[in-house]
Amino acid sequence: MRISLPTESELEKGSSLGRDAWARLRKNKLAMLSMCFIGLMLIICFIVAQLPFIDDPNEQNLENRFAPPSGDHIMGTDQLGRDLFSRILFGGQISMLVGFIATGVALLIGITYGAISGYAGGRTDAIMMRVVDTLYAIPFLVLVIVLKVVIAGPMEEQLKWMGRFANIVPLFFAIGALGWLTLARITRTQVMAIKEQEFVEAATSLGLSKMRILFRHIVPNTLGPAIVYATLTIPSFILFEASLSYLGVGIEAPNSSWGILIKEGADFLETQLYLLIIPGLFFSLTLFAFNFLGDGLRDALDVRASKD
Amino acid sequence: MPFLELNDIKKHFSTKSGGLFSSSNEIVKAVNGVSLSIEEGKILGLVGESGCGKSTLSRLIMQLLEPTHGSIVLEGQNLTNLNSSEVRSRRLDFQMIFQDPYASLNPRMTVWSTLSEAILTRKPQLNKEELKQNVVKLMEMVGLDKQYVRKYPHEFSGGQRQRIAIARALAPEPKLIIADEPVSALDVSIQSQILNLLKDLVNNLGLTMLFISHDLSVVRYIADRIAVMYYGKIVETGEAESLMENPQHQYTKELLESVPKVLSLV
Repeated sequence: MRISLPTESELEKGSSLGRDAWARLRKNKLAMLSMCFIGLMLIICFIVAQLPFIDDPNEQNLENRFAPPSGDHIMGTDQLGRDLFSRILFGGQISMLVGFIATGVALLIGITYGAISGYAGGRTDAIMMRVVDTLYAIPFLVLVIVLKVVIAGPMEEQLKWMGRFANIVPLFFAIGALGWLTLARITRTQVMAIKEQEFVEAATSLGLSKMRILFRHIVPNTLGPAIVYATLTIPSFILFEASLSYLGVGIEAPNSSWGILIKEGADFLETQLYLLIIPGLFFSLTLFAFNFLGDGLRDALDVRASKD
Repeated sequence: MPFLELNDIKKHFSTKSGGLFSSSNEIVKAVNGVSLSIEEGKILGLVGESGCGKSTLSRLIMQLLEPTHGSIVLEGQNLTNLNSSEVRSRRLDFQMIFQDPYASLNPRMTVWSTLSEAILTRKPQLNKEELKQNVVKLMEMVGLDKQYVRKYPHEFSGGQRQRIAIARALAPEPKLIIADEPVSALDVSIQSQILNLLKDLVNNLGLTMLFISHDLSVVRYIADRIAVMYYGKIVETGEAESLMENPQHQYTKELLESVPKVLSLV
C-alpha cells in the first residue's frame, strides 16, 4: 500500500528548545547589547585591524614617545612611540583568541570526559573523578607554565605557518587543557540525572549502542549548563592570560595582548594615565559583556522558565 | 507453551548507608518470587499499589535490570542466560510504553528523529523515501496527524505525546509490549482514547501485552487476564471477569472495594 506523504507546505515547523531559548534571550536587552558589543569587538579587532590606515602595532618611533591622543594617533602612543590604538586591536586578537580557543578546547575535553564518567558510573566514575580532584589540587598557574613549555618545544616546527601566532597557540591549548575540570564536573552531574530518565531507557530498549545513547540522547540534553559556564569561562581565560602576561610568562614581546598593554600602562601610571585607562576600558567592557551574555544565557536556558 | 513466562523472579536491591566507621546494608526485596505467564495475543493486566514492585518487574522483563534470581522465558528462549550482545539483538521483540510521556521522549528530537531512529533499528536498509512512508504509516496508526512530523515533544499535549511513545514502541515491530501505567499520567478524558488505541493495536497487530496499572477499573477494561501484585508477590491470578466477580485474596477484595461505586456502575 502506498501512503500519501505530506508535502513540504503541509508540514508544521517545529520549534526546538534551542530556538525557544533564543527567543527568550532576544528579550533580554542587556544580553543582546552585550552580544552586539562582543560582535563589534570581534569586527574591530579582526577586520578593522587589517585595513591599510591602521599603523603597524610594532613600529617604533622614538621621536614620538608618549604622544597624547590626537588626529594622528587617536589613542596616543606608548613609551616606544607605537600607536596605542593599533596595539589594542592586535592585542585584542590575542585576548579574544585565548578566550575562544581555550574555551573550545576545555568544552571538548570537559564534556567528553564528564559524559563518559557520569554514564559509566561505579568504579570508572570514581577513578575518573579522583583524577579531576587531583588536578584541581595542583596550582593552575604552575601547571599551565609547565604544560606550555612541554607543548611549545615539540610543536614549534608544526606551528611555523601560523606566523606571529606560532608561540601563542601552545598557551591557548595549555589553558584549555586545564580549564576543563569544572566543565567535566558539571557535565557529569547532568549526565547522571539525565541517564535515569525514561527516554534513555527507551533508547536502551531499542538496542542502540552505548556511544549513540550517550552522545545522541544524553549529551545534547546536558549542553545548556555547559554553554552557560563556557560563556562565563571565556572572560576568565582572557583574565588568566592577562595575569600570565603580567607575570611575564604569557605572550612574548613584541606581541601584545590586553593584559600586556595594561601591565605596560601601569608602569607609567603617574604620568601617562591614558596608557592604562584606554586598554583597561576595552578589557573590562569586554569582560562585562561576556558576563552579561552568560547571565542572559543562563536565564534563557533555565529549565524552569521553559515551556511546561 | 506460553508466550512469556516468568519463573520465580526475584530482584533485591541492597542499599548501603552509613558513615565512615559504621555502615549498614539493608536489602529491599522489590520483587520477591513472581511467576507469571502470558498467552500469545492476550493482554495480561498487572494491578497493585504504588511501590509493590510493578515497575521493577517491567524493567526486569525489558532486560533493563538483571534479576537476582529466576528466569524469563520468551517464546521458549531463556533471556536471563543471554549475554549482552545477544540481548541487544533480541530487544526489538519486546518494547515498552512508559508511564510519563513527558520524560519518555527525548526533548531534543522531533517526531521524525524519534520514530525514524526506532524504525531503522529493525530495518537499517531503508532508503529515505521508504523511511518516510514508514514514519507516516506509524503516525497514522496511532492517530497522529502527519503534518506534525517535524515538531518537538514539548509542542504536544500529554495524550499526543503518549501516542508518539506508542508509535516508537511499535516501530521495531515488536511481539510483546509492556505498558507501564501508560494512562495514569493523562487526563481522564484522554485515558479512554489511549486505552482504546492500545486495545485496537493489540488486536490488529496480533501483539501480546503486559498492561501494568494501579487502577483496577482501567485494567478490567483492557485485560483478558488479571494478576494482582502485593509487596513483591503475585497474590492472585485469574480471568478478568471471574477475578472481578469472585476475588479470593483479601487484598484483591480491598482493591475492588476501593474502586468508586459510580465507576463500577458504568
